[in-house]
Amino acid sequence: MTSKVYANAVAALFDLRDGISLMSGGFGLCGIPENSIQEIRRQGIKNIHAISNNIGNSGRGLAWLLKQKQISAATCSYVGGNPDLEEQMLAGEVQVTLVPQGTFSERIRAAGMGIRGFYTPAGYGTLVAEGKEERVFDVPCILELPLGADFAIIKAERGDRFGNLWFKETARNFSPLMAMAARVTIVEVEQLVELGEIEPENVHVPGVFVQRIYQGVDYENAIEIPMYAEQ
Amino acid sequence: MSDNLPLWSKTEMVDEVVAMLDHGASLNLGIGIPTLIAERIPPDKEIWIHSENGVLGVSGRPTRETVSPTLINAGKETISVRKGASYFDSATSFGMIRGGHIDVCVLGGMQVDAEGSLANWMIPGKKVTGMGGAMDLVHGAKMIIVMLTHFSKDGDAKLLHRCTLPLTGKRVVHKVVTDCGIFTPMGDSFRIEKLAPGITYDQLGLPLKMWTRSLFQDGSEPWENTTD
Repeated sequence: MTSKVYANAVAALFDLRDGISLMSGGFGLCGIPENSIQEIRRQGIKNIHAISNNIGNSGRGLAWLLKQKQISAATCSYVGGNPDLEEQMLAGEVQVTLVPQGTFSERIRAAGMGIRGFYTPAGYGTLVAEGKEERVFDVPCILELPLGADFAIIKAERGDRFGNLWFKETARNFSPLMAMAARVTIVEVEQLVELGEIEPENVHVPGVFVQRIYQGVDYENAIEIPMYAEQ
Repeated sequence: MSDNLPLWSKTEMVDEVVAMLDHGASLNLGIGIPTLIAERIPPDKEIWIHSENGVLGVSGRPTRETVSPTLINAGKETISVRKGASYFDSATSFGMIRGGHIDVCVLGGMQVDAEGSLANWMIPGKKVTGMGGAMDLVHGAKMIIVMLTHFSKDGDAKLLHRCTLPLTGKRVVHKVVTDCGIFTPMGDSFRIEKLAPGITYDQLGLPLKMWTRSLFQDGSEPWENTTD
């Protein structure tokens, strides 16, 4: 097996091209793959179909790519807090598909798990159900299909050369699902550790789901809405 | 029209919801007013707060020393967690919801109707925030509570016979807590469970026939009128 370890973002993201579908982990700005996003911004590839819960927020994350008009389609659950996306959506520059967040997660999981479709009550009786097959179980449900991608870029706190990953606190969110669902999953880590340093019981993503991994640098780890206890 | 009414404050609304929670309950909190609930739960009441970005056991706010950029709630605000908390991915998080493992979910809303339908994710031609997790949440938790101000800034009632905005979920809401009182959607009308002190049902902004008054604070006879 050739090594999965790459020197940096430039080396790991060598084969991206115009028109790819691209999953990006993170909830708001929490757990986003900062280095890979900056490398894609530098490359300037266009017509990206971005699949991410927020497509960036507050001008950061994938919003860097929105500002450069690199994203032409977006699949996400939430636009609020992302003025770049809202503006380009209303101007018709980005084709936005809104998906209920639980359905979004499960469609990505389904793509990674080999599930060809599933029925869920979420969205029944709303605009989301339009054009979808309906079926009544104990409650009325709609058919949802898997959501895969060409590439996934994700960030983990720790990872080893096989691609075993460990996430910190709520930074995990969509990343393990996207790791399973993309044809090529590229991981950046705060710490690249030796095999065995992440105890087998504590592996959040087994390495088989990861194709490339590199040590990230210069993390901003921005806090979007800081709230503190009164002291 | 709500300017001179003795409305409940946000804190009073929150305390009404807290009073409905059983010791040991699991609870999902939506963005907006509901997030205030985490700070108003008394220490002797054990509540397991779930946030759909992947945490069960949300506690109060962190200090400047303990704050972590990777520890946030679904509103992207920094949080802390209690002893016994757990973290998980988004599919597991929504499995907890959709699978019926969470007892209570409290969401904000733009409109809610007598049928129990909720609208809270877009105003056609004006504003699209997206549904986030709301469409999944309303179909999973055992009890769905909607918190919203009773009137819009223009004075329109947000409790309607039928929602006019695109729905988040159809026939899903169990209780509505506004700054005027607590209401139960009954199909063609709302049952009044409780009114803020000084509020009367003719101030609720809809024809009398919209309200089924089942509980008079003065103990007088209940009446019903459920026709549209």
